Amino acid sequence: MTARIRQALDAITRIRGVHGAVLVSGDDGLVVAEALMEGVRGHAVAALAASRFQRFRRATEAAGAMAPEFLHLQATDGSLLVVPAANGVLIVAVAAADINVGLARLEMIRAAEAFA
Amino acid sequence: MPESLRALMAEVERDPGGLAFLRAVEALRARGQLDEAARVALAGLEHHPNLADAHDAWARVLVDAGDFERAWDEWGIALALDPRHGGAHKGLGFLAYRRGDFETALDHLELALAAEPTDRSVVQALKVVRAAAEAAVAPAPAVESAREHDPMPSAAVNAQAFAAPDARTPESVFAGLEGGEYGMLLFDPRGRTLAGVLRDARAGHIVSDEVAAYLAGVSQEAARTTRLLELGEWRWILAEAEGGTLHVSRPAEDALLLLARDRSVPAGRVGILAVRAADIARRWLEAQRL
Repeated sequence: MTARIRQALDAITRIRGVHGAVLVSGDDGLVVAEALMEGVRGHAVAALAASRFQRFRRATEAAGAMAPEFLHLQATDGSLLVVPAANGVLIVAVAAADINVGLARLEMIRAAEAFA
Repeated sequence: MPESLRALMAEVERDPGGLAFLRAVEALRARGQLDEAARVALAGLEHHPNLADAHDAWARVLVDAGDFERAWDEWGIALALDPRHGGAHKGLGFLAYRRGDFETALDHLELALAAEPTDRSVVQALKVVRAAAEAAVAPAPAVESAREHDPMPSAAVNAQAFAAPDARTPESVFAGLEGGEYGMLLFDPRGRTLAGVLRDARAGHIVSDEVAAYLAGVSQEAARTTRLLELGEWRWILAEAEGGTLHVSRPAEDALLLLARDRSVPAGRVGILAVRAADIARRWLEAQRL
């Protein structure tokens, strides 16, 4: 992992409530790089996030809205955030339910730019 | 953009001082192109500042945008210009009803009916408001119940918006909600549409079946995701794309609700709309099961 990517992932995980950030290959759901708190299952996060993103990409495209730029799954005890980067890579964050989504989104977009 | 709308817009451009803008505003509103509808309505108002219909058209756009105060003012201007303007009375009746002022709502709706005696939407609206007014003078629990089941949590002035959710047809379940005519879809976990309609954000054609099919398994997948990642129970999913925002939630165990709005609508507002739409969807689904 390059220092730039490492730095970008760290910037995401420094946000209060973020449990971890993963760089995922969007096509096969494999982990490219990760910065996770202990107990967060990187491979599961990667596979599930990639799969959910693909499904929503098909839906947004079918709705004429083009591919998603941000995906947010909100649950009672946490949230899953996904931002696509270049070359089919996804930036994924697992966070608390009351995360500052705006800030996380911003850092994830920066990370996506760092990967480009 | 459909041919009819394109022709209408061309007519507006060819003759900016004409009245084609009134039909264009309605057509744009129906397609959910509020920004464009606002632009055309305001341009029309510049040419026709003393035309009640022009203020009525602008008020309708404002209601769609959720700006009820300015809509109230515009309909007030329309009535000052034409005290018998049916559309303005209907609009003010709607807004008065919405804020719980049933007496004023009835006054305006009765005047709307006097102006347009054949308008069935006004007759329907009068029925709803009279029922609400009666409930409001009934003992306290009934009043609470009537408020709880407010059939009009939001905008758009049309007949269906005055019908209680359980009396609505699948096509009109979300009538009265911002975007209810083109960007709200209820479907089951197997991808079968139940109610509402979704239109392509760019071309405007109906894509309900296609999108419902793509999102069919989303509920199980989301549940699996949150279970494996120990995130609790999933509540909603928001996808922001360049051409629009999609919001999926689960108003009932066997139904999913999709809202699609253009990117000019902030994500937080989409969430608020989703809560309102989910409430209506739940009541409609319950009525279908009886």
